[in-house]
Amino acid sequence: MPRKSSLVHFNDRLMRYLFVASAVLVSVVIVSILWFVGNQGLATFHEASFVEFFTSTQWSPDTGKFGALTFITGSLATTLIAILIGGPLGLAGAIFLAKIAPPGIRSIMRPATELFAGIPSVVYGYVGITVIVDMIRKTTGSTTGFGLLASGVVLSIMILPTIISITEDTLRALPDTYEEASLALGATRWQTIRRVLIPAAGPGILTAMILAMARAIGETMAVQMVIGNSPRFPGSLVSPTSTLTSNIVMEMGNTPFGSTWNNALFMMSLILLVISLVLIILVRTVARRGAAQ
Amino acid sequence: MSAKRMDRLATVVLWLSALVIIALLIWFLGYILSRGLLYLNLEFITGPDGVGAQLFNSFYILFLSLLISLPIGLGAGIYLAEYAPKNKFTDLIRLSVECLASVPSIVFGLFGMIIFVNMLGLGFTILGGAATLALLNLPILVRTTEESLTAVTSSYREASLALGATMWQTLRKVVLPTALPGLITGITLVAGRALGETAILIYTAGMNVSRYLFDTDPMAAGETLAVHLFAVKSNPLPGTNADAIADGTAALLIIMVLIFNLLLALPSRWLQKRLIGKN
Repeated sequence: MPRKSSLVHFNDRLMRYLFVASAVLVSVVIVSILWFVGNQGLATFHEASFVEFFTSTQWSPDTGKFGALTFITGSLATTLIAILIGGPLGLAGAIFLAKIAPPGIRSIMRPATELFAGIPSVVYGYVGITVIVDMIRKTTGSTTGFGLLASGVVLSIMILPTIISITEDTLRALPDTYEEASLALGATRWQTIRRVLIPAAGPGILTAMILAMARAIGETMAVQMVIGNSPRFPGSLVSPTSTLTSNIVMEMGNTPFGSTWNNALFMMSLILLVISLVLIILVRTVARRGAAQ
Repeated sequence: MSAKRMDRLATVVLWLSALVIIALLIWFLGYILSRGLLYLNLEFITGPDGVGAQLFNSFYILFLSLLISLPIGLGAGIYLAEYAPKNKFTDLIRLSVECLASVPSIVFGLFGMIIFVNMLGLGFTILGGAATLALLNLPILVRTTEESLTAVTSSYREASLALGATMWQTLRKVVLPTALPGLITGITLVAGRALGETAILIYTAGMNVSRYLFDTDPMAAGETLAVHLFAVKSNPLPGTNADAIADGTAALLIIMVLIFNLLLALPSRWLQKRLIGKN
């Protein structure tokens, strides 16, 4: 017996170490991503100017002009459009699911909204290119229909599941007493939602919006297919332009690894990485504030 | 406007938004399926322009990536749920998981490209693609594992430990079996998402496909179905019926997503509800 029991304890300790090692590995992965992508990206500035990269819209690597402002603007603008359209719609959907939907409808609609998250982003791009771009061309009279608007509309659909699921969870987690107290005071359901529930769910709603922004700014394939892929600064919402992600996909295949042009593409992905890490830190701060209240 | 009328108006608007969201989804699925379903036949899979090899690569890369990410993801999730003390180290792990979950997939793709394509000099390979894809799966696996294990009532653990079982015995015989439905749901959702991933694979697994079907060589380049849809839609080769291929491929992708979500995830979600008794 003693022998077997020592084996059991050996196993127990071995598994414990394996679990710790897996956890450490997750940290190692994120640090190495930062390190490798960071190093490769920052190598851009051996030859290109740092200030020019962030302030110039002149992107012609053939003649040594590395101004990435067009792509940065494109990424920020598409994300903004996506939040402006998808934010209110997702919020309304979440309020409906949490407070208005009859249980039968809710049990269908909740998994249905999660299906949005399962649809591959190329498929969103495919629908964008065959339907939305066409629709924009017809309604706005733009020559191609590609551009910020098309990308923003596609992204606004893609961020719906993020907004809906987090906001709904937050609303449902609120103590019932909030709602009961408000209704007992004679407030209508809408007054209760607007004056009591939404403010109380504030941090959760903010978290949902930030995570949706992180999803939108990093989205690549769907945007690449409908943005038009021209390195020109967008003259309007419906003229072809580029984002950080779409330009990486477009040019990565045609540039030799280690060239300044190639490094500049890694620099763009470093910008994306830093933005998403900042957004995560923001989410944590919001969560901590929310918990402190 | 009186509060009553405002209330009624708001209710109408909220119902309408919900209808818009559902209509959008139904239209989306209907549009893709109605355009693509008529192309889906045996010829579409095995014919000269067939996507059989891409279909195989999709599942092959998914399988390899789960092979890599499952042990690590489960391990880290188990650590966070069962062992992790409240300290700086645990905080760091949690922060890493959250950061990893927010990394855009194109950044994973470029990272994989640096490591596998250039540093290790493998070129575009199925193995490199699968390993990079594993990084995308990792944070979601950690999170679902942690959530499913935390949902297991602590009295189960206490009873097992009180009987003299070790931590690992308790995990293996009590906690993990109880958490199994949740784990299966999580893994299914991860798989469904990995199956449609494109940005990671373009510059790691490449856009070429083996000439013969069921090529299991992990060191060959392997275009997946999702990458194929991107390729035919953004650079249609002249002389091929690219639009028909795109329509069919999109429908096939959607069908795969529906299978993963409806046929696999929903029953196990239902099972979990029955077992744990909460929604």
